[in-house]
Amino acid sequence: MVDFEPVIIAFTCNWCTYAGADLAGTSKLQYPANVRIIRLMCTGRLEPEFILEAFKRGADGVLVGGCHPGDCHYLEGNYKANYRVALIKELLKTLGIEPERLRLEWISASEGNKFAEVVTSFVEEIKKLGPNPLKEVKM
Amino acid sequence: MSREEPRIGVFVCHCGTNIAGFVDVKSVVEFASKQPNVVFATDERYVCSEPGQALIRDSIKKYNLNRVVIASCSPRMHEQTFRKTVESAGLNPYLLEIANIREHCSWVHMQEPDKATEKAKALVTAAIAKARLLEPLTPMRFKVTPAALVIGGGIAGIQASLDLANMGFKVYLVEKTPSIGGHMAQLDKTFPTLDCSACILTPKMVDVARHPNITLLAYSEVKSVEGFIGNFKVKVLKKARYVDESKCTGCGTCAEKCPVKKVPNEFDLGLGYRSAIYVPFPQAVPLIYTIDKDNCLYFTKGVCKVCEKVCPAGAIDFNQKDEELELDVGVIIVATGYDLFDPKQKPEYGYGRYKNVITNLEFERLVNAAGPTGGKILRPSDHKEPKRVAFIQCVGSRDVKVGNPYCSRICCMASIKHAHQVKEKIPDAEVYVFYIDLRAFGKGYEEFFERTQKEGVTFVRGKVAEIYQKPKTENLVVRFENTLLGKLMEMEFDMVVLAAGLIPRVDSEDIQKLLKLSRSPDKFFLEAHPKLRPVETHTSGIYLCGCAQGPKDIPDTVAQASAAAAQAAIPLMAGEVVAEPITAYVDEEICGGCRICESVCPYEAIKVEETDKGRKAKVNEALCRGCGACGAACPSGAITMRGFTREQILAQIEALLTM
Repeated sequence: MVDFEPVIIAFTCNWCTYAGADLAGTSKLQYPANVRIIRLMCTGRLEPEFILEAFKRGADGVLVGGCHPGDCHYLEGNYKANYRVALIKELLKTLGIEPERLRLEWISASEGNKFAEVVTSFVEEIKKLGPNPLKEVKM
Repeated sequence: MSREEPRIGVFVCHCGTNIAGFVDVKSVVEFASKQPNVVFATDERYVCSEPGQALIRDSIKKYNLNRVVIASCSPRMHEQTFRKTVESAGLNPYLLEIANIREHCSWVHMQEPDKATEKAKALVTAAIAKARLLEPLTPMRFKVTPAALVIGGGIAGIQASLDLANMGFKVYLVEKTPSIGGHMAQLDKTFPTLDCSACILTPKMVDVARHPNITLLAYSEVKSVEGFIGNFKVKVLKKARYVDESKCTGCGTCAEKCPVKKVPNEFDLGLGYRSAIYVPFPQAVPLIYTIDKDNCLYFTKGVCKVCEKVCPAGAIDFNQKDEELELDVGVIIVATGYDLFDPKQKPEYGYGRYKNVITNLEFERLVNAAGPTGGKILRPSDHKEPKRVAFIQCVGSRDVKVGNPYCSRICCMASIKHAHQVKEKIPDAEVYVFYIDLRAFGKGYEEFFERTQKEGVTFVRGKVAEIYQKPKTENLVVRFENTLLGKLMEMEFDMVVLAAGLIPRVDSEDIQKLLKLSRSPDKFFLEAHPKLRPVETHTSGIYLCGCAQGPKDIPDTVAQASAAAAQAAIPLMAGEVVAEPITAYVDEEICGGCRICESVCPYEAIKVEETDKGRKAKVNEALCRGCGACGAACPSGAITMRGFTREQILAQIEALLTM
């Protein structure tokens, strides 16, 4: 487990968290290189299938990043993501995947530091959890 | 849709050393060139430079590329630039995908070049995977109605209306109260020049009224807004004044004879009185009287009608009804202004309990020649001239306890101006200003502050903890800590003026819902970008100016109003708008007409209609903003989100996890 480097897929909205990650970059904030971002226009676009597909294909963690409540560029897409993430966490339990592997965070375009902190702490948490248990199972 | 075989070109940018200093660009290129469908891959020092763009154009032609992947900075930086590049080489501009290997990679993994390189490869494969599935998209074009709606008739709305009207556009200015003028009409003098506020404002108000391009809808409210940039449909409720606007000459005989005289005047903040038929202030525009139904004897008791009898123009009409108007406009400017913080939320200052504790805005009415005291500074309890006056700063501003951490920006200068006015009118008065920090940041402000100090006003650094009243004299004792001396002290005053801060209007939440705006943490309306798009909102075609966007003084408000008018004029002058083609598409063969998409769409852009194939969802592409909520919610997979399709996203996931 010592050399375990998790792979984390992040789904972020274009307006808040993607821009927050951009700001982390412009501010040269350093964080672990384990996260790969997929840009959506809004977290309301997030289909449950995307998260399940990521876990099925071996992601060790999935991060969903949207605008703060009340700040959604599309008014309420982040609330939709909130409901979906809560439901998918339940579903993950029944699949034998720790729900902690799925994390939802509100990160605004001005919160580059928060993006870096969230990634850092999430990578640590996933390292403690170990690899995605589905990796052991032959799919 | 049949897909041609993808021929992808990959361009990896060095960005000088910004990327190449931490990512092994050559190995990313080598890796990319081995990916399926990639027919050409190269690196370039600056892809965004003219030679870089020329390289893309030439390569598209030379290698017959039909998809382009650029690994560079954030797409939020140069996506538009590169779309144009691709387009100029004859490709559809949406056949481009950007891998963000600078902000999301080289800049954040500077200590780990190997890992950064691996991550860059992963991001590039994901972009290639998406690029394979990209489809050409065509932006929609819409005609723009050459008219503007301006909401709010304070100085911001007045300035924006005049600017647009002078450019030749039709303007509808909607104001909630019976007259335009806003808070500026209530002010006596303006800092730091001490111009008479009414003298500089009222000519502009008159200009609005007589401008051939402006329709002034005072005593009216916006009820609903539908549509999108270029094509808004607005419903406005014109409230009944019970006075025929076309007949009223503003002579005032009605108000003179009206038996109801003791209605607290809102314009004077209740310090003076008006009759039941009234104009808010003598220079009101339009100068048309209004019957206040709640206080009129005819409406409350069924008798009187004195106004009807005395009106020489026969303008009184007790049967007048509210009217609903429908307007077609291309753009909307929000200039709804602010409310004053209610100092009752700071009970330690005794406002509302002690008569001689007043607000800064009340002081404006007291010192105004047209105000309830005829411009004499008299304290409310006994109408005597106060000889000792205190001003207390930051009441409801920079105050986390009341939820307002922000600075209201105008109160320091307003109080300095008030202190000057006290010294001017009562030269032997002792005047104290209690402050946390004095912020005299504008043109001529610091000089005015110095001048007031020289006039003998004492500025004390320290926040006031408490005010209590001496029962007999109704004088006020101010308890404060002088933080420069480090001493707790008490001083007695005849009158205390609270520099109450600016807060969002009570009805700003209604406006927010009406126009689908966002608000910043301070609850003022949020601009599209704090620096580069300061008057636009996230809703195209809707612009902000004045204190609706955040506290600001008159010069800043006027400047911002002109800026909003200039921005709003862009689509009006262009005559058409181009909309991003990132919209939802419904496959009617699959759609079951379940209406779930309808319920999740925040813009009412998707509606289920009866067709000859049964109930089918239809997208109004002009309203669709491309959030993708419908695509995610559709249980049958009938909705495709252009630019972010299910297949594209699944391909990105697969690419990132099979490296």
